[in-house]
Amino acid sequence: MAIEVLKERYSSRIREVVLGATPEQGGTRTHTITIGGDSTLPFLHFEGEVPHRPVVAVEVLDRVPEWSPTLTKYYEDVLDDPAAWAKKAVEQYAADLIYLKLQSADPELGDSSPEQCARTVKDVLGAVGVPLIVVGSGNEEKDNQVLPAVAEAAAGENLLLGIATQDNYKTLTAACMVHKHNIIAQSPIDINICKQLNILISEMNLPLDRIVIDTSIGALGYGIEYSYSIMERTRLGGLTGDKMLGMPVFCNVGYEVGRTKEFNAGVAEFPGWGPQEERGIVWEAMTATALLQAGGHIVVMRHPEAIKLVKKNIDAMMQKNGF
Amino acid sequence: MGLTGLEIYKHLPKKNCGKCGPPTCLAFAMSLAAGKASLDSCPDVTDAAKEALGAASAPPIAAIKFGFGDYVNKLGEETVIFRHEKTFVNPTSVVVEIPDTLRGAQLDEKMADVNFVFERVGLQYNLNGVAIRNVSGDAETFAEAARLVTEKTRHGLVLISEDVAVMERALADVSRRVPLLYAATADNYEKMIELGKKHSCPVVVRGNGLDATAQLVGKVTAQGCKNLVLDTGNRDLSQTLADYTMIRRLAIKRKFRPLGYPIIAFTTASDPREEMMEASVFVAKYASVVVVKTSKREHLLSLLALRGNIYTDPQKPIQVEPKIYEVGQVTPASPVYVTTNFSLTYFSVEGEVQASRVPAYILPVETDGTSVLTAWAAGKYTADKIAEFIKSSGIADRVQHREVVLPGYVAVLSGKLQEASGWKVVVGPREASGIPAFAKGRYTQGVPA
Repeated sequence: MAIEVLKERYSSRIREVVLGATPEQGGTRTHTITIGGDSTLPFLHFEGEVPHRPVVAVEVLDRVPEWSPTLTKYYEDVLDDPAAWAKKAVEQYAADLIYLKLQSADPELGDSSPEQCARTVKDVLGAVGVPLIVVGSGNEEKDNQVLPAVAEAAAGENLLLGIATQDNYKTLTAACMVHKHNIIAQSPIDINICKQLNILISEMNLPLDRIVIDTSIGALGYGIEYSYSIMERTRLGGLTGDKMLGMPVFCNVGYEVGRTKEFNAGVAEFPGWGPQEERGIVWEAMTATALLQAGGHIVVMRHPEAIKLVKKNIDAMMQKNGF
Repeated sequence: MGLTGLEIYKHLPKKNCGKCGPPTCLAFAMSLAAGKASLDSCPDVTDAAKEALGAASAPPIAAIKFGFGDYVNKLGEETVIFRHEKTFVNPTSVVVEIPDTLRGAQLDEKMADVNFVFERVGLQYNLNGVAIRNVSGDAETFAEAARLVTEKTRHGLVLISEDVAVMERALADVSRRVPLLYAATADNYEKMIELGKKHSCPVVVRGNGLDATAQLVGKVTAQGCKNLVLDTGNRDLSQTLADYTMIRRLAIKRKFRPLGYPIIAFTTASDPREEMMEASVFVAKYASVVVVKTSKREHLLSLLALRGNIYTDPQKPIQVEPKIYEVGQVTPASPVYVTTNFSLTYFSVEGEVQASRVPAYILPVETDGTSVLTAWAAGKYTADKIAEFIKSSGIADRVQHREVVLPGYVAVLSGKLQEASGWKVVVGPREASGIPAFAKGRYTQGVPA
């Protein structure tokens, strides 16, 4: 006598967001990527639909980064050329998307002009066929000049632009509206601020299916559990009818892991942690796999070996399951 | 207890003898319901009543133990599906598998790995056991492996053999260590369960899929054994997620007893990095025991950190005691850094102060274990509170100067803090990682008096 399994039925789905645009759609991408659409919790294929697999975006900067040699060695001939870097990330490291951070726009890290940044974005668009995520330097004042310029220069490409926060969202939202891009709405591990920001953005008439949520993440060992639980609550909210939580979720894994000792410290400093590179690869990959279990749709990553591991994990989790 | 006083009263002898303390059985029942009495106080309660009352208050996932003494592994006792509903209870036991043929230097190396204690951010992580697989097919080899392992580690044991005679031979030598027996299957369960009962060891029940496993559990409990752990027999990663989710759901939402037991999961990948990815899914999603093959530090550090993170009680962030901490050989001229008592925050600062090679004092203000920004946003990290702690900590007696470093993210507090404390406030870096450069820039000669 078979046991009676318990399948949950939810009243709503996570919204689908389309990234990129093909020539027919007004862009230059070889294909678009759709995220979201889940009608249940992560990977529970037996009781609902997981129509789109989570995707891995590979990080590209518009200046040479101060990253660990265990990482930069994989990008050594391209670190000073964002277009070549993006091309390598796609062709050699199987990036699903490129995440381009315009870090040089920071007044203290190069102070690139909005025009230069827009050119960089065009260069990267020209180098790869995958959809593009573009974020500013983090300096709000400067980004409010840079991102509108980027949005305009890349009109038609249906970028994912970031980031918008509760205190700084109007300029970016307007740019996304006018030039038809998607927006990353970031909150500080606070579900109420997450909802509030999405309300504010949608009150400016940006459609809800152009919003991607960034709950902010902590790396493994540095607060991941806060993000993990916020993301589970966000997913459950979205599935049970909360319109302001029903967006796909973005996780900036590479950056957060890249700040940790576990990724950067040599084995001489911490002999009990094992060799640095191997340890760092697993630390980055596991940050991503854990957050995928909590409902992440996009993970931004850096180390090619970690990228491989995560993509393989996604392949495995996207296999059907049932009773 | 979970039941109401009246529901409990139905099972009591109703003699009103007063031997339990309260004058009537009803009064006793009320005390029991409030968790203020123990059923043991009643000398006349029947076994059936004990069973019924025990079962009703038992957690949805049974409490199962293996190993002994300080190294016992507690499994199960889980009550929620999502950690944010309350908390997960018993952190996943991570167990390293070895073949029963491993000997000599290789065995010693493995055992050193098993006994290793990892340290990071003020925490210690350790592995929880060794699983010995009977690859030799030989009872003496298996028993010898078990003996050797018990000599070289105090951690838990999982004995892997479906041959009852082989298992029995090993148990003759190591049963006092209460190993977890793997496994009882449709083909061997009657004898394997008897063996488990005889030695008071928990047994893993494995069926071919979730259904078959539940049915086998039914047969096993009919045989009088509830000291069980579950293996659904599936090894496909996606399917195991579905299985373990369903077990947790049915146990909690439907109180479905045949699946109300802890889960044991096995990694299958031959690549140790991929093993760790599989294991991360098991740790996040409900496994009570995860058996892995790699024992290398560079792999397990991540897994043990994840386990610690997922099993942290969301209501109780790890905190350090608010007091003066010294880093390095401090002097009365050493700088003083103010921070919060959230463990991660404190240890990030401590690590960076160490790296700066400028000995210093750290003052972690009590903020209920929240970080600088969170505490500030919540009104727990105010100028007055910091000033008060500076005063009550007694740091004024340890340093000749009157200068404190404030975390850069709350620079806005510096004016008020200076006023409230009377100390000079220097705004430090926003991130702990900025401390070495900051200290070298300002404090290589100590703080001027």
